[in-house]
Amino acid sequence: MLLIECPCCQEARPEIEFRYGGEAHIARAAEPSRVDDAGWADYLYLRTNPKGWHIERWCHAAGCGRYFNAVRHTVSDRIVATYKSGAPKPDIAALTGGDAA
Amino acid sequence: MTASASSRGAGRHRTAGGGRIDRTRRIRFSFDGTVFEGHPGDTLASALIANGVHLVGRSFKYHRPRGILAAGSEEPNALVTVRRDAARVTPNLRATTVELYDGLEATSQNRWPSLGFDVRAINDRLAPLFPAGFYYKTFMGPRFLPNDWAWKRLFEPVIRRAAGLGEAPVSGDPDGYASRYAHCDVLVIGAGPAGLAAASAAADVGASVILCDEQSEAGGSLLSETRATIDGHAAADWIVERRGSLARSGRVRLLTRTTAFGVYPDNLIGLAERLSDHLAKPDPDLARERLWQVRARQVVLATGAIERPLVFPGNDRPGVMLASAGLTYAERYGVRAGGRVVVATTSDTGYGAALALKRAGAEIVRILDRRPDGGGALADEVKSAGMAIETSAGIGGTSGSHRVSHIETMRFDAGGTAQRGNRLECDLVLMSGGFVPTVHLFSQAQGKLAWDAARGIFLPKTEVRGLTLAGAARGVSDLAGVLADGFEQGAAAARSTGHGAATGRTVEVAHAPALRPASVPDDRWIGKPFAGRAFIDFQNDVTVKDVRLAAREGFRSIEHIKRYTTTGMATDQGKTSNLNALSVAADALGSEPDTVGHTTFRAPFTPVTFGTLAGHARGVLFDPIRRTSIDAWARQRGFVFEDVGQWQRARYWPRTVAGRLETMDEAVSRECRTVRTSAGVFDATTLGKIEVVGPDAAVFLDRMYVNALKGLAVGRCRYAILLNEAGFVIDDGIVARLAPDRFHVTTTTGGAARVLAMMEDYLQTEFTDLTCWLTSVTEQWGVVAVQGPKAREAIRPLVAGVDLASASLPHMGVAEGTILGVPMRLFRVSFTGELGYEINVPARFALGVWEAVYEAVAAMGGTAYGTEAMHVLRAEKGFIIVGQESDGTVTPGDLGLPTSKAKPDYVGKRSLARPDMLKSDRPELVGLESGDGRTRLEEGAQITAEAAPSPGTRALGHVTSAYMSPTLGRPIALALVAGGRARKGETVYVPMPGGAVAVRIVEPVFYDPKGERLDG
Repeated sequence: MLLIECPCCQEARPEIEFRYGGEAHIARAAEPSRVDDAGWADYLYLRTNPKGWHIERWCHAAGCGRYFNAVRHTVSDRIVATYKSGAPKPDIAALTGGDAA
Repeated sequence: MTASASSRGAGRHRTAGGGRIDRTRRIRFSFDGTVFEGHPGDTLASALIANGVHLVGRSFKYHRPRGILAAGSEEPNALVTVRRDAARVTPNLRATTVELYDGLEATSQNRWPSLGFDVRAINDRLAPLFPAGFYYKTFMGPRFLPNDWAWKRLFEPVIRRAAGLGEAPVSGDPDGYASRYAHCDVLVIGAGPAGLAAASAAADVGASVILCDEQSEAGGSLLSETRATIDGHAAADWIVERRGSLARSGRVRLLTRTTAFGVYPDNLIGLAERLSDHLAKPDPDLARERLWQVRARQVVLATGAIERPLVFPGNDRPGVMLASAGLTYAERYGVRAGGRVVVATTSDTGYGAALALKRAGAEIVRILDRRPDGGGALADEVKSAGMAIETSAGIGGTSGSHRVSHIETMRFDAGGTAQRGNRLECDLVLMSGGFVPTVHLFSQAQGKLAWDAARGIFLPKTEVRGLTLAGAARGVSDLAGVLADGFEQGAAAARSTGHGAATGRTVEVAHAPALRPASVPDDRWIGKPFAGRAFIDFQNDVTVKDVRLAAREGFRSIEHIKRYTTTGMATDQGKTSNLNALSVAADALGSEPDTVGHTTFRAPFTPVTFGTLAGHARGVLFDPIRRTSIDAWARQRGFVFEDVGQWQRARYWPRTVAGRLETMDEAVSRECRTVRTSAGVFDATTLGKIEVVGPDAAVFLDRMYVNALKGLAVGRCRYAILLNEAGFVIDDGIVARLAPDRFHVTTTTGGAARVLAMMEDYLQTEFTDLTCWLTSVTEQWGVVAVQGPKAREAIRPLVAGVDLASASLPHMGVAEGTILGVPMRLFRVSFTGELGYEINVPARFALGVWEAVYEAVAAMGGTAYGTEAMHVLRAEKGFIIVGQESDGTVTPGDLGLPTSKAKPDYVGKRSLARPDMLKSDRPELVGLESGDGRTRLEEGAQITAEAAPSPGTRALGHVTSAYMSPTLGRPIALALVAGGRARKGETVYVPMPGGAVAVRIVEPVFYDPKGERLDG
């Protein structure tokens, strides 16, 4: 079971307290009606699904209830950073030092 | 049934002295009904061998006689059932790990009528009929029979009767199971020499340590070590000294009888501790087992190594045993596993075992060493003791019925070709193919292995964060090296948790002979000139021939060969067989083991009981049960309940009419009619409730829901639909505005948590420009719904501060006041089509209010009704239930629900404009009337254009709700039909078990389509 550092509680807590929220940094258009069909389908359904580092949303559902973002490796499950939602996308290379996992 | 014993100790095959058994006490146990004696400290296996019992089971597939192969948890053959009483029957225990207690009752498995004579041993003669992949090949019956005839009539019954190991107990588990969480700096798994050293080193510098071992006492291989000394101490004394010092440190928790079965992310380790299975009369209050979930900063795997069996024809005969096991039985248990012993080895281990058996009083007939140049110091000792050694030699076959009686030796010539040797009489064969590191947990932790061709083993290759190996688990083979490695790895682990600058220490080991390198076992010769079945996986009866056949049939991946032959897939997970299977497969594929690779190691390391995993989460504690305040009231009066998610809801209330209890249909019908003609009271407490408060609450809800909510007046409610972003209906409810900045929102019973989570998601991450707060108030409000023409009349005397007249509290109005002096939010809403109210009161007052309202309603001829009548009443009105009329692929348009064109945006709106959402053949909600006016349709039934469509015809849709309408006196149904609204008046068909029913597509509102009854 993963240990996840909640950036709001500032404490590492077991995964069971959290709910997964899918890929992060996919913003809903301010005016969806101006997005064309292909763009909207992309927003709804297409995700990067990498084998490697992935920025994803988690919600501390059984804790503070806040959504936040985590940088996790999808093979090793290692999490190198968590940060509050709304903060800019971090530089993965800098975080991981180019580490493969 | 007499107890056998001798003056030396329990069992004819006890040594004169020695071993870690308590010879001063004798305990009785039975195996297949025969009573024997053993000593405290024995395992079931050691006590059986002491009594000369080697035949302990029948093999899974061929029912071949099987004996005891090993002395530890890797045992594949000796599976027994241990019975304490009718409810406490545990199958598939390895006799080698069952600790003996007074009165233990064990039985063998997989045999009928007896172990000595097993009818299904005929399978052994029929072996050619059961090749690898037998299951896959034979389940396809001959073509002239119907599809599944052969499977249903022939194969399944036969296989079900013949297959399976042991029998499951028939009654519930009466024992209790405990569960604990723990944290430590260093978790050391395995308390052999490496583990004891690692734990000592870590504790010495101040780290908190948990040391666990699957055996009954710490020591591991040292428990069988009688010659070597460590720092001048005998091995046994060194264990005592170490254990004492660990205890004195106050930082080490030693858990024996505790198996580390799984490694999970971020160093969460699952341990199963057996607390009472070894006791003769366990305290009934004592938990049987305890699950530990340990979060360790560092893990040291000191899990040792498992000896590799040799593969030769007839290597599965009782009396063929691992050399290390023969040594352990002699040295640790004081048991001589045989009188005339042949040793076959590829390493010096075989010589050590020969010396131990010799000391135990056995005759060593021959030592067959596969290596041309023989062994080292131990071999010299063997030679000087006068035992016969043959090099470049091995075993070509065995004979004997229930126990090995002879072996055929073979010699390898200079070219490596096997030649026949001679026939030797013996009653015990000890074999050693070297030691294979126990890397299961390392692999579970995603550690990668590398093939060491010189030694013929896989060794850890990669580093795993927070986890290291020590000693034999990473290929160190001599005792001094293992101890030094243990100290070093323990110190390193402690250091990485910030404890001390300690380094490893050296230990003085004496009387442990230097070992010559082992050779890699070779099985290419099998089949020529020695035929016969050579077993790889003893537990699943997989032979060399099976693996070769799989390779011939085109399987290339070791994972496929494993599944096709089932090698390594038994309860022992191939602890003794994986490497042999891999080696035979590599040879058959003309490849090398490192190219072929190994199969995946999975948790659990050894079987874990369901009880341990479940712990307290059983019975009423399995899943939380949510009850409303009215629960007990309804139960006392005979309501029948149903589960709705975690909630239990009152479903219907059967009354006794003319001395007979009503059926469900009768009760529901009466409840429906009473609501339509008088009034009914209904417990709607389970509805999800969310209070949305803040300056932007209205804008927020307006963006979330399909409906226009920004302009909703204070004191008014609106029915509202929630979509997901893909445009599909996922929830509905009532949004009530209590104040400009305060809303009371209801959700479906099952959707409450999901809807709140979704709203939070949007509020926190998308609509961050809005200020409002969301609070779940589901548990805070009890809801008493009153529906029916007399509803107003019934509650009027109880309510204060609210004018119930339609002019001031119209349909879809909300008001705050009091009822019986209790604060109340009163909603005028209707899910029945009748005049209706939902009285929300603080949950702690809900029962009192319910009782008063029920009295008032009953006094007018009304009733309390349940969810079933609620469903019928709403279906008569064509009101949908999310999850019944909708299934996650249905839009509001499909359901005929209005959407706001004016609102520029709400969640899901953009998706409703996608081309797929605008097609004319969308599923649309319609009503169905059975053509015969009698037949109630089945929910979920398909709808077709023809009465008997040809196979493969696509259905037009399906029935979503179907009831007998008590109000109309005929069946009604709701359905989703492709382009349904344009098909009104058409006749379509619903295939039912008794034949297709013709139905007419109609409006989905069956009762009071104009809504004239809402005012009572």
